[in-house]
Amino acid sequence: MEFKIERVAELARLNLKPEEKQKLERDLGAILDYVHKLSLLDTAGVEPTSHVLNMENVFRKDEAKTSNAAEKALAHAPQADGRFFKVPKIVQR
Amino acid sequence: MTDFCALTLREAIEVAKKDGAQPVLDAFAKRAAELNPKLNAFLRFDDRIPPTRCDMGTLPLAGVPISIKDNLCIDGREVTCASKILAKHVPPYDATVITKLKTAGATLFGQCNMDEFAFGSSCETSAFGPCKNPWDLSRVPGGSSGGSAASVAADMTLAALGSDTGGSIRQPAALCGVVGVKPTYGRVSRYGLIAFGSSFDQIGPITKTVEDSAILLNILCGHDSKDSTSSPEKVPDFTQALKRDVKGLRIGLPKEYFIAGIDPEVEKSVRAAAEIYKKLGAEIKTISLPHTEHSVAVYYIVAVAEASSNLGRFDGVEYGLRVPSKDLREMYFETRDQGFGQEAKRRILLGTFVLSAGYYEAYYLKGQKVRTLIRQDFEKAFKEVDVILSPTSPTPAFKIGEKAADPIAMYLSDIFTIPANLAGIPAMSIPCGFTSGGLPIGMQLMARPFDESTMLRAAYAFEQEVGVYKKKPAL
Repeated sequence: MEFKIERVAELARLNLKPEEKQKLERDLGAILDYVHKLSLLDTAGVEPTSHVLNMENVFRKDEAKTSNAAEKALAHAPQADGRFFKVPKIVQR
Repeated sequence: MTDFCALTLREAIEVAKKDGAQPVLDAFAKRAAELNPKLNAFLRFDDRIPPTRCDMGTLPLAGVPISIKDNLCIDGREVTCASKILAKHVPPYDATVITKLKTAGATLFGQCNMDEFAFGSSCETSAFGPCKNPWDLSRVPGGSSGGSAASVAADMTLAALGSDTGGSIRQPAALCGVVGVKPTYGRVSRYGLIAFGSSFDQIGPITKTVEDSAILLNILCGHDSKDSTSSPEKVPDFTQALKRDVKGLRIGLPKEYFIAGIDPEVEKSVRAAAEIYKKLGAEIKTISLPHTEHSVAVYYIVAVAEASSNLGRFDGVEYGLRVPSKDLREMYFETRDQGFGQEAKRRILLGTFVLSAGYYEAYYLKGQKVRTLIRQDFEKAFKEVDVILSPTSPTPAFKIGEKAADPIAMYLSDIFTIPANLAGIPAMSIPCGFTSGGLPIGMQLMARPFDESTMLRAAYAFEQEVGVYKKKPAL
């Protein structure tokens, strides 16, 4: 199967180097051919498994606790300003 | 003089309780410094982290060294997932298993090499160079927990933690000749494990013996309010399970696991193990798990879908690598290009594709439905048998570079380990013999959900009868 790598890379927010594109495109085409054999299986009436433990939603009390995780996280940020992560401009003028 | 590095975890704990952990720690520090340049099993090991309490002699692990796969968060320490995108990343908290080990008196020793983000079966995708197999330095240790398995096999640590999404504890354990346990999904908290496939990932021990794994499972297992998928199921004392024999135990050999392409020496060794079980009084039955051949395809749809979504967070904003760029959008694209290696990119692209509009039903939903069929195979099988026995991996350790260019060949080396992750059941690998060339062979035992005890009992009975684990690599 043909794998349109430019489009998928765009969705994945991933630049690819020109020299790796061809190989990745070929690999991914081959993997899709391989997984395609699943389409031959009859799964009519089969429920999908998204999780193996048949668990119910888990709730806990919303209680305030002290934590210095925010300061620690900011201390190792690529760029921070006070209590904020700093990023390049979003909209260029 | 005692060779401390050759001790099992249980023996080392006894020594440390009597004479203190220091001589044991010193011996491992020396051996790791000697062997790591050859094996590249540890990414970091010179900065040991002592247990939380100083009266370590009274604690279950008594201060002895345990090593950690480099995808488990340790507060204040670099943790990289063997990826450039997390180089120099310092987590602000401890994973629950790390807290548990520290509280139980472990000294955190090496941080183990792995495939980048646990994507691989050979440890070759590490951004910091491949790890080597202690039995043959030209061969892979398996993966993704390759550094964990290699360091235990080479006596560089008493035991290590790994993580298993499609076989990443069991396959390297098999290829390195050590014991590796993937507990039932939900047994061990995943809090602080850097996520790959959240509905598959489990943390587990890699050890020299079955008893050592039982000792660590007693510490690692249990419900954790920080992981909503951790199970409230009661945790038994796994070391007690080892005391019973296997008389009358029903062991299934799935016919779909003895297929063309499997190494004849591996097949022979596992069939010989079945004979040993018979001799020990177990009942051997041939069973069928008819959807086995579809496991790899299901896994490479559903697990990569989860992976692509989990890896969305690596964008250069909050932690890890950031490539300076003129605007935010370019920063995302450039950071992810330069930060991720080839296999990570391959899986992100594949996962993004199977989740994208127009393909979701044909791939992702179909994959989840076939996952149900695979679960049902096991449910039926466990009505007839108590434990399932199979090879862990179709081949012994392969050469470095042998499968690196062919992703499908690499993926197929997990064909026997993936089904347990799809079904969430406990599974483990133990050494069962050697090839004529001297490479270790591992066999896999699988059991019903939350029945690790029966699985460990079967493993222990075999190990004690055969004693394969006593052989060590010449290094």
